[in-house]
Amino acid sequence: MELLLALSVGVLVATAVYLMLDRNVLRFLFGLVLLSNAVNLTIFASGRLTPGAPPLIEPGDYAPAGVVANALPQALVLTAIVIGFGLMAFTLALVYRAYMSLGTVNSDEMRVAEPADAGKEAGK
Amino acid sequence: MSWLLVYPILIPLLTAVLSYLFRTTPAGRWISVAGMVALLVASIALMAQVLERGVVAAQMSNWPAPFGITLVADLLGGVMVVITAITGLATVVYALSEISPRLERLGFHALLHTLLMGVCGAFVTGDLFNLYVWFEVMLISSFGLLVLGASREQLDGGIKYVLLNLVSTVMFLAGTGLLYGMTGTLNMADLHLAVREVQNTGLLTTVAVMFMVAFGVKAALFPLFFWLPASYHTPPVAVSAIFAGLLTKVGVYALIRAFTLIFDQDVAFTHTILLWLAVFTMVTGVLGAAAMNDFRRILSFHIISQIGYMILGLALYTPLGLVGAVFYLVHHIIVKANLFFVSGVAKRIGGSTDLARLGGLYAHAPLLAFLFLIPAFSLAGFPPLSGFWAKYVVVKAALDLEMWVVAGVSLAVGLLTIFSMTKIWGAAFWPAHPDGIKPRLSDLPVFDRVALMAPIIALAVLTCVIGLYPEPFVQFAERAAGQLLDPTDYVETVLGVRP
Repeated sequence: MELLLALSVGVLVATAVYLMLDRNVLRFLFGLVLLSNAVNLTIFASGRLTPGAPPLIEPGDYAPAGVVANALPQALVLTAIVIGFGLMAFTLALVYRAYMSLGTVNSDEMRVAEPADAGKEAGK
Repeated sequence: MSWLLVYPILIPLLTAVLSYLFRTTPAGRWISVAGMVALLVASIALMAQVLERGVVAAQMSNWPAPFGITLVADLLGGVMVVITAITGLATVVYALSEISPRLERLGFHALLHTLLMGVCGAFVTGDLFNLYVWFEVMLISSFGLLVLGASREQLDGGIKYVLLNLVSTVMFLAGTGLLYGMTGTLNMADLHLAVREVQNTGLLTTVAVMFMVAFGVKAALFPLFFWLPASYHTPPVAVSAIFAGLLTKVGVYALIRAFTLIFDQDVAFTHTILLWLAVFTMVTGVLGAAAMNDFRRILSFHIISQIGYMILGLALYTPLGLVGAVFYLVHHIIVKANLFFVSGVAKRIGGSTDLARLGGLYAHAPLLAFLFLIPAFSLAGFPPLSGFWAKYVVVKAALDLEMWVVAGVSLAVGLLTIFSMTKIWGAAFWPAHPDGIKPRLSDLPVFDRVALMAPIIALAVLTCVIGLYPEPFVQFAERAAGQLLDPTDYVETVLGVRP
């Protein structure tokens, strides 16, 4: 199971890096979504996989009996998914708004804040 | 538990909610100011307790460490909360004049306070995953503030700021997950002990470098700083100033915390990387500044250059080096926010931040010119201002280790800093205005004049006080550095056992 998870993390990261090398901001963003999911899987796997042993406590007990799955990494992943979802929603809206306002999603053409001719103007 | 640790988080949260509810009325902005004053009082009370008792810790919901979330303040954390409140108060007073009712209706004050909540949370948390959450709170509010108003420049800069910061966030999260996998704990004091048990030190160093990259992006280290000069000159000046003062310094704080408390097992490797990163950061930042021709863009590049000095102090990893890093951190926040405020007033009365379109400030607004010189000289390190002592300590620490090249570079960077400050002086203050405008402070309405100048005067006085009476501040930094290098008290207060 670890092997399968490790392979999927590898494939996700490779795809993410490929997408993030693109000048298209939207593809960069999709790469980021894949990357954050790869990271979520990493956290899940690094908390050790204990299949078929839910961390449930019998009524009356204070601690689970025997070996159970570690619930903390799943709580971390859940938090990360929620935060990641919010950030992605915001960033998608930002990219859309920038497209409407700047007329491009190509990062090379986004030079409004840092005009390329600023140096030339200084020289004159 | 100590409620004092919770107030720096609760007060901004409450103020954010209230000022959002009243955002369409003038009451909203006064609630915001009152909230900042309350935050300042609470932070000073926290600082007083830290000075009295050493390290202060509180376990949330009474879950004992390392199982619950711990809030903890040592001297560094405490002073950072105080300086956050001071910068916040200065910003909100400045914003009274600068921020238009339109931006207030969009929720400027609420975003400002959630930003401060994130910053204060990051300074007082003792839990690595909780630190990640505070970083996110800070990040999402800063996104909002940066693009508030949605001008073309802001959207352009905002895209780069948002995307590159998100990459660093993902890196931080991955590092946290892997560290948990190796040690089984997320409490920073517990991690300090747990990393010593890890057998696979190579993997630990790999994770340390992941944290270095993650925090390095936030702190704008070379070569990860490109989001900063792309975006910091685009939002309103009040936003620029608080970003310039505080946000990158949260990254520096996180680096100092992580590389003194957790990753101190392979100093020869990790801190050597930090050392050369610091040198390159200083040089590229100051060269970038020398190439710019806009008031705020020059200042943005100078942030990067100055970050180099702080990281240099950390990288030297001697008591004196860390004293320098702590002192520099505090001095820089005050000075840098102040310079951005000055640039804002110059824009207000002179009509632009482009140096070619400014002029006559010395002839018509001598008070502003004088108040520019104080932080500008302090930034460059002229005695007797605060920057001189900060640079002196860092360079002395480098000389003590006989690192001649590093010390030489940091002195040369100081010289180049004064070059770009004279460039601003020579274009914006000295010659007549190209359009024949007479930029006078007295043309501003009285309320605006007070709201704009009061923060500048207050921060300039603070710079002079630190410069003229450095003794208590240096002694304080010495104690803070001592706690960083020997975190026994920190660990004992958090975990309740002597390590």
